[in-house]
Amino acid sequence: MSLRALALTLLAAGLALLLLGLCVGSTGLSLEALRGADDVPRAILWEIRLPRSIGAWLTGALLGVAGATAQGLFRNPLADPYLLGASAGAALGVALVLVGWGSGAVAASVLARLGMTGAAFAGSVGAMVLTLTLARGAEQTLRLLLAGVVVGVVLLAATSVLTLLNPDVLRSMQVFMLGNTALLSGASIAMLLPVLVLAGSAAYGASRALDALALGESTARSLGLPLAGVRFALVGVLALCTGAAVAQCGLVAFVGLVAPHLVRGRCGGAHGPLLALSALAGGALLLSADILARGLFAPQELPVGIVTSLLGGVYLLVLMQRGRFGRTAA
Amino acid sequence: MSGPLFELELEAVRLQDRAVLHAQRLALPEGGWSAVVGPNGAGKSTLLRALAGLLPVEGRLALRGRPLADWPARERARLVSWLGQNEPVPATASAQDVVMLGRLPHQGWLAPASEDDRRAVERAMRRAHCWDWRTRPLAELSGGERQRVLLARALAVEASVLLLDEPLAHLDPSHQADWIALVRELAREGRSVLAVLHELNVALQADRLLVMHAGRVRHVGAAAEPATLAALQSAFDHRLHLACLQGRWVCLPFALATASEPAPCTHPALTT
Repeated sequence: MSLRALALTLLAAGLALLLLGLCVGSTGLSLEALRGADDVPRAILWEIRLPRSIGAWLTGALLGVAGATAQGLFRNPLADPYLLGASAGAALGVALVLVGWGSGAVAASVLARLGMTGAAFAGSVGAMVLTLTLARGAEQTLRLLLAGVVVGVVLLAATSVLTLLNPDVLRSMQVFMLGNTALLSGASIAMLLPVLVLAGSAAYGASRALDALALGESTARSLGLPLAGVRFALVGVLALCTGAAVAQCGLVAFVGLVAPHLVRGRCGGAHGPLLALSALAGGALLLSADILARGLFAPQELPVGIVTSLLGGVYLLVLMQRGRFGRTAA
Repeated sequence: MSGPLFELELEAVRLQDRAVLHAQRLALPEGGWSAVVGPNGAGKSTLLRALAGLLPVEGRLALRGRPLADWPARERARLVSWLGQNEPVPATASAQDVVMLGRLPHQGWLAPASEDDRRAVERAMRRAHCWDWRTRPLAELSGGERQRVLLARALAVEASVLLLDEPLAHLDPSHQADWIALVRELAREGRSVLAVLHELNVALQADRLLVMHAGRVRHVGAAAEPATLAALQSAFDHRLHLACLQGRWVCLPFALATASEPAPCTHPALTT
């Protein structure tokens, strides 16, 4: 399959999933919805299911871009978007809000929801700024990685202490930690779409530098690339993508790690197509996980993170069985 | 070109606060094939990195009379091509795609490869004898094949100055011979090649030798000069066995501590 064919396939899959997303809700699957039958009110279709489906696709695309960026920047096939402490920072932010506001009924209110989104974004971006400060800038990749790990561990410990002292927030925290697409709305799209356009184009603009970085930092510099600026821009891309995704959907596992691997085999070493295809694959992956989470045990919903882990994990296992994963690992 | 290619008035080059290169002066003329030789840890790779502008240098370093730091990065990248030792490689990329990265200094931002770029890549890969398997991913290549792809990547820059760190790593004798022929051809084209070499027998065929020891270039001179051979002996602690074979200097490691002298070789095929 050529790159173009793969891109079109993934795009078509996204659109098909979007249609499917309109048909799946707490009442299970009903294709009647598309024909405008009466059993599903139009408001549910257009104001709940459509924005939720688009939002899930956009979040997945953001995670795909972030994953491809992280794997290229850190030259590590196991790098995921949360590597610089974004997840731990977001979790701490949410925990602080939950504890501050009390939990339960208040947490579900609109005010608290906006508060959680803001806290998750601020937390993840704050954690990455902390990582950058500890690493004294983005100059040295290894130092950056280590700082990210340290920040992640310390913030996670703080979050654990907070939740242990306030056991009534445990349940809400768990929902956040497992990833949750249920709260995606039109407002989420208004936040996710500009971030995807901005971060996606920034990452694409640095794609040649990522190609050269695969030959090592010294070689990339000897080729005249402005590595300091590139690295700074790419860390910014990571912060924006993960911050926005985490704010809207909590800690969705695995999409950022797996999406690039699903398409990497077709891209050779070229990061331009890899970034675009990772976005398309991430979007399709998270949207299908969201649909499964809604429909599998309707009216009960599964946390979407559990579905992404299962879907992504099984697919990776299949790839490994076919012996293709060894080659896809850079 | 009248002035020297590189002019170095060094105070020190430090790696993690440890001085690896010490105070010294060095003026390297334009053109020809120079080999950098010396024992492990003499600072050969560090010197090459410093000349490539990859390390901060305390002191003065000029390229064609202009301080290296003042060169715009892309212009410098078109003039000086650097091939490192043990640098990472992208496993999934095809050999051709890797060589194409050498064209980056010539390409506009995100511009697709031009016809010139493609021709330069083919030329470089044919010269490094790796054109035949251009579509194979690097992960499937042997060490020597991979080394030839990386050499082609450095050649694809079509720079006037080539800084090559251990370019012979993993190459068998026939490909080493190809490499020598290639470097001589590059020198004939007016390019300057500076190569760090562990294979002293290859280095002794270079136009000039830079003998390094303990962070300093101790001697610069033609291989046949007695002073160069003396500097080589002293850099390697007088543990070389140098001999003239068919008009060329060759060199073997010489074990001082052996109790018995090695039996002289008498086979006629080997002595003529």
